[in-house]
Amino acid sequence: MVMKVYGDEMSACVALVLLCLHEKNTEFELVPVNLFACHHKLPSFLSMNPFGQVPALQDEDLTLFESRAITAYIAEKYKDKGTDLTRHEDSKEAAIVKLWSEVEAHHFNPAVSAVIHQLVVVPLQGEESPNATIVEENLKKLEKVLDVYEERLGKTKYLAGDSYTLADLHHVPYIYYFMKTSHACLVNDRPKVKAWWEDLCSRPAFVRVSPGLTVAPPATN
Amino acid sequence: MVVKVYGFLQAACPQRVLLCFLEKDIEFELIHVDLNTLEHKKPEHLLRQPFGQVPAIEDGDLKLYESRAILRYYSTKYADQGTDLLGKTLEQRAIVDQWMETETNYFNAVGLPIVINLVVKPRLGEPCDFALVEEQKAKMEKIFDVYENRLATNRYLAGDEFTLADLTHMPGLRYTMNETGSSSMVTSRPNLNRWWNEISARPSWKKLMEMAAY
Repeated sequence: MVMKVYGDEMSACVALVLLCLHEKNTEFELVPVNLFACHHKLPSFLSMNPFGQVPALQDEDLTLFESRAITAYIAEKYKDKGTDLTRHEDSKEAAIVKLWSEVEAHHFNPAVSAVIHQLVVVPLQGEESPNATIVEENLKKLEKVLDVYEERLGKTKYLAGDSYTLADLHHVPYIYYFMKTSHACLVNDRPKVKAWWEDLCSRPAFVRVSPGLTVAPPATN
Repeated sequence: MVVKVYGFLQAACPQRVLLCFLEKDIEFELIHVDLNTLEHKKPEHLLRQPFGQVPAIEDGDLKLYESRAILRYYSTKYADQGTDLLGKTLEQRAIVDQWMETETNYFNAVGLPIVINLVVKPRLGEPCDFALVEEQKAKMEKIFDVYENRLATNRYLAGDEFTLADLTHMPGLRYTMNETGSSSMVTSRPNLNRWWNEISARPSWKKLMEMAAY
C-alpha cells in the first residue's frame, strides 16, 4: 500500500513532504484536503492532526503530522534509496544536517513565514491590509539570517556540507514563495545564497512540485 | 572526553541539553556564557554560534549548536546508555519527532513571546507588550487542550515511555509554572497536570533545578 499524504499542493508544508518523496523516488497518493472549505478543521481530519493543519501522512497503521517529522521519517525509511537526505552513514555529518534543519525551523522559518503571511496570504483574505511593521521587523531578521547563510555557503556548497540534504530541502517552498514578493533582492543581492537557491530550484524533484505552489499575491498597480 | 557545553544554567535551551546529558549519564563541563553582560553576542561566542545564542557544544572535533539537534545527536550516540529517549522502532521515533516538532511549532512558538515580554524585557528595562502576552496566552490554552486530550490516552506524549518529546518541553514548562503566571493552565487540566508532576519528579530534573539554583 502506498503512503497517503493528506493536504493541498499549494501549501508550503505539504510541498516539503512531496519534495522529500520525489527525492526518494517513492510512490505516494496525495489525498486533497480543501483548505478554502476548511476541511482541515473537520473531525475526520482532526483525528489525524489535532492541530488542524496540513499535511498529515498515513503509512499503513502509522499516522503522522508535522511536516519535518514526516520528512525525517521518509528520509530514514528510504535511507538506502534515492538522494541521501540525512548523511546517515556518518553520525557527525548527520548531526550537522540536524543542526541546519533546526536553524531553518527556528531562525529562517519564523521570519520568512511572517513576511509571506503579510504580503501573500493577508491580501488574499481581503479583510485587512498587510502590517508594514511586521513585514519590516521580519525582513530585518531575515537579512541577518541570510548574512549567516552567505558566510556558510562561502565554505560549503550546501548548508550541511557538500551534498543536498533535508537542511536545504526544508527551505525550498518558503524561498519559492518569498521570491514572488517584492523583496527577492534579499536573496539576489547575496551571491552565494542566490547560487544556492538557483541550484535548489533546478532539482528535478522541485520541477515536479513547483507547479502546485500556486498561492500568489494579488497584482498591484 | 568530556563534552563542553557553552551556556547559562538558567536559560531554557542550555537546560534542555543538560537535562538530556543527566538522563543519559553523559559527562559534561558547563562553561558559563554570561547572558547578562551580552557575552553571547561577542565575537568569541559568535564563532561557536553565529546567531549569538546559547548553547553550543564542543566534543573533540565536533562542534554543534541548536539544542534540539544536540539532543538528537547524543540520544542516538548513547542509545544504549541511560534512559532511551528516542524510541526503539522507526515508527516510534517518528512519533517522538512529531511531538518534538509540536513543541517547536506550537508550544515554543506561542510561549516564547510570553517569556520574552514577562521575563526578558523587564530585565533589559524594555516595555512589555501586555496585549501580545494576552493573545499568546489565549492561543496557549488551545494548544494545551490538544495536549490534555493526547495525555488522556498516553502516559507520555509519544506513548508509554518518557522520551525527547517530553524532555524538550520541560525548560519552557518551568516558565509556564513559574514566572509567566500561567500555572493554572496546567493545574486546571488533570492529564496535563498529572504528566507535568510525573516528569518534573524525575531525578534528572531535580538535579538540574538544584544546579540552576532558582
